[in-house]
Order: sequence, then C-alpha cells, then structure tokens
Amino acid sequence: MADPIIQIENIHKHFGKVHALRGVSTSVRRGEVLVIIGPSGSGKSTLLRCINALEPVDAGQVIVDGIPVTGAHKNINAVRAEVGIVFQQFNLFPHLTVLQNLTLAQRVIRKRKVEESERIARALLVKVGILEKESAYPAQLSGGQQQRVAIARALAMNPKIMLFDEPTSALDPEMIKEVLDTMLLLAQEGMTMVVVSHEMGFARAAANRIIFMDEGMIIEETTPEDLFTHPREERTKQFLSKILH
Amino acid sequence: MAISTESSPNVEGGRLLPIPKQIPWWILILAAAGLLILLFVTTSASYQETFGFLWSGVIRTLELTLVAYAVALFFGLVGGLGRISKNPIIYTLSTLYVEVIRGVPLLVVLIYIAFVFAPAASEFLHSNGEALNLPLLDDLGVFFRDDFMRGVLGLAIGYGAYLSEVYRAGIESIPPGQMEAARSLGMSYAQAMRYVILPQAVRIILPPLGNDFIAMLKDSSLVSAIGALPVNAELTLRGRMYSASTFKSFETWNSVAILYLIMSLGLSVVVRSIERRWSIPK
Repeated sequence: MADPIIQIENIHKHFGKVHALRGVSTSVRRGEVLVIIGPSGSGKSTLLRCINALEPVDAGQVIVDGIPVTGAHKNINAVRAEVGIVFQQFNLFPHLTVLQNLTLAQRVIRKRKVEESERIARALLVKVGILEKESAYPAQLSGGQQQRVAIARALAMNPKIMLFDEPTSALDPEMIKEVLDTMLLLAQEGMTMVVVSHEMGFARAAANRIIFMDEGMIIEETTPEDLFTHPREERTKQFLSKILH
Repeated sequence: MAISTESSPNVEGGRLLPIPKQIPWWILILAAAGLLILLFVTTSASYQETFGFLWSGVIRTLELTLVAYAVALFFGLVGGLGRISKNPIIYTLSTLYVEVIRGVPLLVVLIYIAFVFAPAASEFLHSNGEALNLPLLDDLGVFFRDDFMRGVLGLAIGYGAYLSEVYRAGIESIPPGQMEAARSLGMSYAQAMRYVILPQAVRIILPPLGNDFIAMLKDSSLVSAIGALPVNAELTLRGRMYSASTFKSFETWNSVAILYLIMSLGLSVVVRSIERRWSIPK
C-alpha cells in the first residue's frame, strides 16, 4: 500500500489468560479513514490502543509515521504527541476550563506561549462550534459538547493521526450527530483517522475502508459499501444482522 | 428521624420544647463561653497573668504545627507516590515507612526521633564533617540539635506516614482515563501527575488533609514530652511549667484547653474556606 503512516505487523496481546489480539496485521495510509467494527470483546479497542501504546503489545510491531511504538527503539512519547485519541468517556480534565483543557499539553509538550496556545485553542473551538463555552468547566457541558472539546483538545497538538475509541457510545442519541459531524469535517479535511464505532452512517459517508474483527482477529477488510451489502464471512453476516435493523 | 414541626402537630404537641434545628446552637454556646473567658481575662489578674505566660506557647504551637505540617505534606506526597509506584524498591521502602510509623504511637515516634535518631544524626554529621573537612555537614547537624526542629521532624515523620495513605487514596480515586488522556497527549508520568492527577486528587483529599492539620495542632502537645528550652516550649509544655511553678492548675489548664480550642476552630474555618475556594464548578 502506498505511503502507509501506520504499520501494524502480526501483533499479539494477552490480558491474563485472554488472548485479546491474535496476530493482527494491517496498515493505514496517509489521509485514510479506517473504521473498525466488531462485537464486544473482539479486540477492536485494544487494537486501537496499541497504536499509541496505551496498551503495550506482547509480540509483533507497530510503526507510526516511521517511529517504532514497539521493540527496543520505541519512542512512545514522541508517537503520542503525533497521535490524538478521543475516548468513549471523553476524559476531559475536570479541574480545568475548556480553554485550559486545550492549552495544557500545548504549553507543557509543545512549549507554546500562552497567547499562541490560546489562539490555536480558540480557532479549534470555533471549528467544533463551542467557542462560547471556553470558560466553562467540563461538568457544565453536555456529553456532546464534552466530546467535541475532547476532539479539539487532541487536535490542538497538531496530530498527524486521530484515533477514536467509540466516541459516540456514551452519548445520548440527540447528541451523536454533532460529534459525527465534527468527525466528518475532519475526514473531509484529509485527517488520517482510525475509528472504532458502530455508526454505520459515518462509515458509509467517510470511511475508505472498514475492518470487521472477532475474537482478536481481522475477519474481513473491505469498503463499507461492500461489507454492508455483500459480507462474505458467516460471522460478519451474523454481526451485521444484529446491528443493522 | 427527621421531624417536620409543620406537618406533624402530634409530635410537636408531645414535645415540651421544640428545638429549632436551623439555629447552630453549638456556636451560641461557644460564643457564650468565649464571652465568659473574655470577662475572666479582662477582670481577673490571675487569668491575665496565666495568659501572659502561655502566650509564647501559643505562638510556638502555631509555628510548630505550620512548619511540621508543611514538611509532612511533602513527606506524605513522596510516600503516597511511592505507595502507588510500580518500582518494587520504591514501593517496599514507602510501605515500610508507612507501616512502621503507623504502628508506633506518635509519642514514641517523637521521643525516638528526639533522643535516638536526632543525636545519632547529629553525631554522624559532626564526625563526618570533621573527617572530610566539610564544615557545612557539621553545620547541618545544628538542625538535629535544635529542640524546635526535633519536634518538627518527629511530627512531620509521624504525620507524613498518615498523609501518605491520604494521598494514595486520593490519587487512586481519580479515574484511570485521566492518566490515559494525559499520557496520550504526550505527557510523561511525572507531567501527568503534576498537571492532571494531583490537582484533582488534592481537591478530593482536602477534607482529610484539613482534618489531619487540626489533629496535628492538637498532637503538637505531645512534643511537650521531649522537652525544650522555656522560650521554645509549645503551649502544653508552657502550661506544665506554669502550673508546676505556681500550682494554679485550675487557671492553667482551663486556659490551655481554651487556647487549643480557639486555634482548632480558627483552623477549621480556614480549612473550610480553602475547600470552598478550590472546589470545581459544577
């Protein structure tokens, strides 16, 4: 594949006796949007978290933008500064205002001046549509607003890749769209994205490729349209029949 | 059982004197007691003399508590971080510290520091300072010979152990997602602790920290057992000196108790205002 920014080669991960990832290999090209689906416990979140070493792998290798995430020459903090991640539970810093949430890592890691970090933060708040909440604390925001702040916080580091770990699963239904719209905007701008999500609408609209995982392995890997209309594997069919109503 | 006087007239009728809960009676009682003391102090020469003698003890007690608590906050932070460390050596050392100190009465810790550890440390610094021709080392030994500093050290080591557990509980109460979010933004463990975890943990543990602050103020009275020069004596030792020389036990210990009470209440007001100021808006 041309110009891969993420290379994942035969990775294995155990949680105690559970073999969560059983030899997963794939790669993501620059500017690609990859969606990962699969039943609970299939290893999709674990795979995502291996990309920025939130989960260290037991075997295999991960290389992000030329920087090894695994093995003897790994440079985890360097990779993490290039890879933004958005969590299911938002994980905003509750003791900081929205603006401070966006400026903290810019100042500490990117060594930006206060004015510069605030300028960047405000531009991103405009982008995700909540500039008016810059002085609010996370607990004062709705779930959808919190998740959009979380996306802006990750973007403030100018990441080359954005990871999304079930970004809409903890949201009330009426707030899912505002978060998906923000993600679509990012995809249209050419951001490289890996998204664990069952939002089929988003997958159809934005994904170049979709992976179906089960029991720690990649079962099918194709375009969203192809997977939804012509699933080849029996397990994929079963899974899709449960989530496509 | 919560009883509303409006909605249950039967109960109200059965009671001779309905006590309204919204009036903080304890404050009124304290205020009355305070007025009484004020009356004593302003009119009784005997109490004036007692308070005059005890006053330096009040200052010393406050100094002792503030300095020892600041050091204990530091010891506790180090101990608490050690208790959650994945490094087995750091974990073992900090657990040993916490368990040993927590298992020995504070009074014994104070006596041990004052009469076993401090003289040994002072002697060690003195002999090594001479042998290595480093006067600075010998100068450091002064720290262990000073009676005020020995009290500070004993209280700080004792409370450092208690506070270690408070810090540990506070840090562990922060959801793991916070550390993950900080680390995934590229922060090191130390940066994540400093900017994300500790600011939240400290807010959560403010009530127990304040509690231990006030407890330390009272436990500083134990320092009286290791003795001090009269000018360095804290309130309780000052009280013992005064009552031993004048036999005015009644005035002395009334005054000592009242002074501790005033200091404790003052601190608890301070602690509460800090809690309010630091609370995260919801």
